[in-house]
Amino acid sequence: MIALSDYLLLAGLMFAIAVAGIFINRKNVIILLMCIELMLLAVNINFVAFSHFLGDTAGQVFVFFILTVAAAEAAIGLAILVILFRGRQTINVDELDLLKG
Amino acid sequence: MPFETAFLATVLPELILLATACAVLVLDLYLNDEQRGWNHNLAILGLAATLGTVGLLSNNGVTIAFSGSFIRDPFGDLLKGIILILTIFTFVYSRDYMRERGLWVGEYHVLVLFATLGMLIMVSAHSFLTLYLGLELLALCLYPLVAFDRDSKPGAEAAMKYFVLGALGSGMLLYGISMLYGATGSFGFADVAEVVNAEGLENKILVFGLVFVLIGVAFKFGAVPFHMWLPDVYQGAPMPVVLFLASAPKIAAFAMATRILIDSLGALQADWGEILMILAILSIGLGNVVAIAQTNIKRMLAYSTISHVGFIFLGLLAGTQEGYAAAMFYTVVYALMAAGAFGVLAMISINGLEVEQLDDLKGLNDRDAWLAAMLALMMFSMAGVPPAVGFFAKLLVLDAVVSVGLTWLAVVAVVFSIIGAFYYLRVIKLLYFDKAADSTPLRLAGDAKIAITVNGLAVLLLGIFPASLLGICNAAFSG
Repeated sequence: MIALSDYLLLAGLMFAIAVAGIFINRKNVIILLMCIELMLLAVNINFVAFSHFLGDTAGQVFVFFILTVAAAEAAIGLAILVILFRGRQTINVDELDLLKG
Repeated sequence: MPFETAFLATVLPELILLATACAVLVLDLYLNDEQRGWNHNLAILGLAATLGTVGLLSNNGVTIAFSGSFIRDPFGDLLKGIILILTIFTFVYSRDYMRERGLWVGEYHVLVLFATLGMLIMVSAHSFLTLYLGLELLALCLYPLVAFDRDSKPGAEAAMKYFVLGALGSGMLLYGISMLYGATGSFGFADVAEVVNAEGLENKILVFGLVFVLIGVAFKFGAVPFHMWLPDVYQGAPMPVVLFLASAPKIAAFAMATRILIDSLGALQADWGEILMILAILSIGLGNVVAIAQTNIKRMLAYSTISHVGFIFLGLLAGTQEGYAAAMFYTVVYALMAAGAFGVLAMISINGLEVEQLDDLKGLNDRDAWLAAMLALMMFSMAGVPPAVGFFAKLLVLDAVVSVGLTWLAVVAVVFSIIGAFYYLRVIKLLYFDKAADSTPLRLAGDAKIAITVNGLAVLLLGIFPASLLGICNAAFSG
């Protein structure tokens, strides 16, 4: 039998990988978008696991909303990526350095 | 849970705003470039109608609708009213700037209207689900607005940074919400509060959730150390978008913080208060010190925002009704000041001039004395010089902190705001005592001038008679 803590551990690991990916990755903006998706999926695992073990369906409803928002977010992220690439012909994170103080 | 038609009356302001946004979206298809003014007029009309409905529906009671996911109370009514007024100001200030750059299109109005709708939903949220949806509606409209000038390289870069860090903040918040759900078995603020009151810190999952939710809130506010996005976004975005971003969403963020921290996690005040204290000290310190080194005015005001966020946190961490009311007063006042300051900057960025550097403000007094006076008033107010209202806002927050025995914290805040006064006063020196490179008088639209005058008078009159707004703020937390 898989316990609640196993699910939470998995979600925690996924979340940690996603956050680490956002900060460590210096190469490609698309990987940043993938990390963001991974982070939201980690949260979804949390919700579904809690929902199952609490016997309450509200958590699964929340997951549907998160999935929808994540889709909209990906669309906007990719749109911004397109204008970013059009302006400078690169999506290298290290080269995003116009704005500094 | 049955659906009742009566619930729709509670969300009438939101429905009107939604209808307006959709109407502008459709209307824009049938307009040619000369007729774009109708978008503007319809958007302002819709916002005014929404404002009127908020006023009509407001009373001293509390209405909870949609099985506990939506709440209407005096606290929300005041914040919604201010958000709507600031959005109207945003449209009026930004018209000439956007028209000159060919950005005055229907999408701009639609995105701002939907962002405003998101803020209204955030303010009225009574469950984590409603709050999250309102927050994302706001954020997903703000990302494209930052990149609204498609050909601007800094704009696209700022939008990408905002997007990634904003999504990271939302992710932290969501992770926290999932932990709170696991600990309490519910999303509703009232149900969560019940469990939190009963269990407190005994429940380790709850503590975990609290920390992540706090990080999410700090991200949305732009408090140090979660402030990295703020200066870059301010610098890269077009001035009217910065004007919008700096004013109304701060009020929505405050409403979010209040709903989460006080309404649902109020029993843990001693614990989140300590975390907020660290964030507040860092924000006030770093914001004020780094702002001095800036030569770009948008960046300078971004760091000034960070320091003001620190002051808002000071009121919250006091944990008394007086402190909450002071924080609310500060937020409203700050949003008014930011709208006025960026409004002036957007209004003078015409005829090919793009105000970016502090030097661009040189000799504004010779070009338009009234606008210079308004900007000077905003700077005095932000610095906390009486009789402008910024002084009272700071005084109330510091008083709340001192009355819970944290005198040392108030001293730290005062020392840093004295350091901060330098960069506000430097702007005033540039306005009045330096010569402009080009001293041709500015010709400005009449309605924008009226709006900036109303905005300036509000800052001045609230400073002389703060009791009216303060009374409403106090009443909002006395229930």
